[in-house]
Amino acid sequence: MIAINLMLLIPLMGMLFFVFFGRLKISGAINILFSIATFIDSLFLAIHLLKNGPILCLGKQIYIDALSVILIVLTTFVSSTVAIFSSNYMRQNLDSGRITAKLLQLYYIMFQAFIGTVLLVYATNNIGLLWVAMEGATLATVLLVSLYRTPESIEAAWKYFILCIVGIALALFGTICIYFSSIKLPITADAAMLWTVLHQHAALLDPHVLTIGFVFLLVGYGTKVGLVPLHFWLPDAHSESPAPMSALLSGLLLNIGVYALIRFKMLIDPGLSNQLTNNMLLAFGFVSFLIAGFFIYRQKNIKRMFSYSSIEHMGLITFAFGLNTPLTSFIGLFYVIIHSLVKSAIFMSVGNVIQLVKNQNMDKIRGLIQLKPIVGWTLLFGLIAIAGFPPFGIFNSEFLLFIASTQKNILFSILLILGLLIAMAGLFKNLHPVLFGKNTDEELPTTKVCTLPSVLNLSIALYLGLHIPHVLMLLLNQATVAIAGGGITL
Amino acid sequence: MDSILHYQQIASTLSMLMLFAAFALLINKRILSLINSFAIQSFLLALATFGQAFILHRYAIYFSALLTLTLKVILIPWFLRRLIFKLKIPKEIPQITHPFFTLFGALALVIFCYYIIAPINLFPSIAAKNIVVVAMTIILLGMLLMIIRSNAISHVIGFMVMENGLFFAALISTQGVPMIVELGVAFDLLVAVVLFGVFFFHIRSSIDSMDVDSLNRLREDTE
Repeated sequence: MIAINLMLLIPLMGMLFFVFFGRLKISGAINILFSIATFIDSLFLAIHLLKNGPILCLGKQIYIDALSVILIVLTTFVSSTVAIFSSNYMRQNLDSGRITAKLLQLYYIMFQAFIGTVLLVYATNNIGLLWVAMEGATLATVLLVSLYRTPESIEAAWKYFILCIVGIALALFGTICIYFSSIKLPITADAAMLWTVLHQHAALLDPHVLTIGFVFLLVGYGTKVGLVPLHFWLPDAHSESPAPMSALLSGLLLNIGVYALIRFKMLIDPGLSNQLTNNMLLAFGFVSFLIAGFFIYRQKNIKRMFSYSSIEHMGLITFAFGLNTPLTSFIGLFYVIIHSLVKSAIFMSVGNVIQLVKNQNMDKIRGLIQLKPIVGWTLLFGLIAIAGFPPFGIFNSEFLLFIASTQKNILFSILLILGLLIAMAGLFKNLHPVLFGKNTDEELPTTKVCTLPSVLNLSIALYLGLHIPHVLMLLLNQATVAIAGGGITL
Repeated sequence: MDSILHYQQIASTLSMLMLFAAFALLINKRILSLINSFAIQSFLLALATFGQAFILHRYAIYFSALLTLTLKVILIPWFLRRLIFKLKIPKEIPQITHPFFTLFGALALVIFCYYIIAPINLFPSIAAKNIVVVAMTIILLGMLLMIIRSNAISHVIGFMVMENGLFFAALISTQGVPMIVELGVAFDLLVAVVLFGVFFFHIRSSIDSMDVDSLNRLREDTE
């Protein structure tokens, strides 16, 4: 299956290319080319999967089913739009002397390395390789968080580095526990790390070891998702890194943690025959959602505010998977897609704002719509989408989640509505003056900004909110059946 | 059969020595002896791995032992020592405030791990179970070391101690992990250490010390 090899090889080639020729004037354009090539390749992969079902290849090390292919296409699409955005953005950073040519080269190398590791996370069938790729994604992004080399960004990167590698070391212990739980079963040592093999024998794995394993996995990969109280790296890393990097972190990096948790949940649930995994996801997700909502309200830094909004949405997604019905699993997946699109769009338009006013403090930014209408309106539409207003897709997810939570416990529904209101009020309170306030500066900025990528992402989020295409529906349904054991019809 | 019994005794002894090294790491106040204690612990791990490979006649485990020996006993301690001299980092680190309570907490962690592991009956022998308990304790002690020390070098050592515990647990419970994973983990570890080195330079130049408590610019504005 050539598309799979290419999917992993193109980012690798891109990385090597930038290692040797990274300082060309057209590096930005080449980065776009590599990203779009990966995107087109992932589309072929999706078509192949729709025709022939799940793919198992390369000595069983690669396994791609509907769940992974949805996230693969999402990753390659978002990375392409971010590549388009970062070409212009990083060039301006270079021209204004904020970064050196060497750092720009590092940025492009690590951009491709990050995409490659994320794709490997989704494609691998080996729970050990999943861990390796996950750690690789952390290591690829850590130097990009401190790209500006300010004391603040170094602090943010250090926090991110330490918290994530400790978290992920615990996840390795969890992975070893899962591996160990199959030791009495008649499977070879090499096969006992393969997800497909373990999944076949899931009901026979040792429940006590699985319980210990899941706790460590939840703490480990939960750090990556940014679940409260493991979230302390997230606002710092998102607010101090360059804007395209924030878009990648929020749009793609958080998803791999969620993906790993879902995969392990599918593995662990049959052996445990209790509600442990669901209840833990439910509790962690809901607490993250509620606490992040309050933090949104009191932020001054615009990127920091949106990073708390990421924690909030990731909490809701985890909560949705914790409810563990076909409907909520479907919502969770759909939510992941829309959140990635909208949040990366928002961070890119925030990047535009920073290009215009050279400031991240919301007290210092006033009257964006008057200042530069296109940027102001994009940010406003992003805000409307992320706050959960129709017709954007997040409204659909939150509304369906509300209905599903009433069936579980009415208390969840009440708190859910309250939490959503608090988050929405916080977002609008902070951003209303930024968008509509009175700008005191007379002269209009002349900086060239690139708004196309965020508009593109937002329009797709809008389209998905109005109508889910048949193909996507088919894939989502297949993934839902795999996760929750039953499909849904909408 | 006899050799397996002998090996179990040797491995138990080695595991206890590794635990002792972890305790020594907790209260050490000189940075070079911190690195030495870590190197000794890694050496003990390499010995245990060699023994396991010898008993099972598996080349993959010989390779793993060699990897531990080169990376954790020689390369990483050498790299850290070089960094300390190059960056002129002070050789003494402040004594922890409550050594007694720290050691007591560490002891409590040992008992906690026994409590967690006790109900599992997948282990081939009691000795193996005891060793895995020690390995899990070493992981948690590595974390404790990172928590109680604010020095950046101690954080690196703490992380490496966690890795030692992880490798030891995997070695005893599942006879190591498949080769491809082993290589991946080793590669990630190497990159992580290089990144640590990069960070030392950055932290040194931005706050002029290695005490990460001074990294406190980013916090929530409340006014």
